[in-house]
Amino acid sequence: MSRQGARLDAKRVNSELFTLTYGTLVAQLLKDYENVDEVNKQLERMGYNIGIRLIEDYLARTGSGRCYDFKDTAEKIQAGFRIFLGVSPQITNWGAGGDEFSLVFESNPLTEFVELPDHCLNLKYCNILAGVLRGACEMVQMEVTSWFVQDQLKGDNVTELRVKFIKRLEDAIPAGED
Amino acid sequence: MVIYSVYIVSKSGGLIFNYDHNIPKIETEKTYSFPLEHKLVYQNKQVVVAFGQRNGVNVGHLLLAVNGFPVNGRTIEEDKNPRDVFEVLENPENYPINLKFGRSKMSTNEKIFLASMFYPLFAIASQLSPQPRTSGIQILEADTFHLHCFQTLTGVKFMLIVEPSQTGADLLLHRIYELYADYALKNPFYSLEMPIRCDLFESNLQNLLDQSEKAGISSV
Repeated sequence: MSRQGARLDAKRVNSELFTLTYGTLVAQLLKDYENVDEVNKQLERMGYNIGIRLIEDYLARTGSGRCYDFKDTAEKIQAGFRIFLGVSPQITNWGAGGDEFSLVFESNPLTEFVELPDHCLNLKYCNILAGVLRGACEMVQMEVTSWFVQDQLKGDNVTELRVKFIKRLEDAIPAGED
Repeated sequence: MVIYSVYIVSKSGGLIFNYDHNIPKIETEKTYSFPLEHKLVYQNKQVVVAFGQRNGVNVGHLLLAVNGFPVNGRTIEEDKNPRDVFEVLENPENYPINLKFGRSKMSTNEKIFLASMFYPLFAIASQLSPQPRTSGIQILEADTFHLHCFQTLTGVKFMLIVEPSQTGADLLLHRIYELYADYALKNPFYSLEMPIRCDLFESNLQNLLDQSEKAGISSV
């Protein structure tokens, strides 16, 4: 596509700036809510609101079509991480029904420079990603849920985000698309 | 290369954006003597030419002004005493008279109405299809314009009304989609499904359309 190339690169920002901005956000939320579970919830909600807008950017940039299989979806989500975060998570651990998979991050730009203090061991620091996935998929008429099963911040080797397909939102499919 | 206008219709069928890019203005002004050579009727709260198409005044054109005073509904908005159009025109003493005719402009309400009419047409088209899984209307052709419609996977419709000879509208629609994703959706003060009032979006769209008219769509 014509836009990839010079014009897209011009919009690239240093990932450190992004990492630190996100860090500020989480720190501020912790200050505001003083309750780790509430912060997890808020992060997810914010992510959702980002996701429902970000999906249009993704579709406009990639020109990708509708998914008719969750495997397509997985690959497209992977491509999304490449575009927006510059990382390529691995797709592994497919569930037997083909409706569940894991995204495994060797490195995660959100968590660079981050150590969790003792009092927030329950904090899902990257929970915004779960919200983004939910929002973005919902806009293309797919209900998914996702959660972290491994987290580098909690001593695991890798960060693993489990994504599960719940259902297609048949009512919401626009005419001419179903 | 003429692009007439751009419409964006939300997932729920409401008009959230419209932009008239290049609508040729047609107005003719002339001094008439009695009797008037056009037959005028009053319909839809407008004075319309019903018959007698000549000298650039076509059937369907509206009476815009009489002796330089604008016509509103069927009254002439004169400073002192508003008068009825038909009373004035039927009286030979008022001639010679200067009349201005022009093409009707669509009001915002009419545009909203038309945009919501297109929505079910689009849906019907996808159901009439003999094949399963068909898109709705993508191109609607008429002798004076083509309407190109692009529906995103999320259900937003982008419509472009262009001259029939215009090519590459698909590409242009896609570029407009990118602008929408960038300038409308990344604006934190824009809420989804609401009318788009973003200056950046509008000015970028304007640039895009100007460019593609001048240099061709493939260059954008």
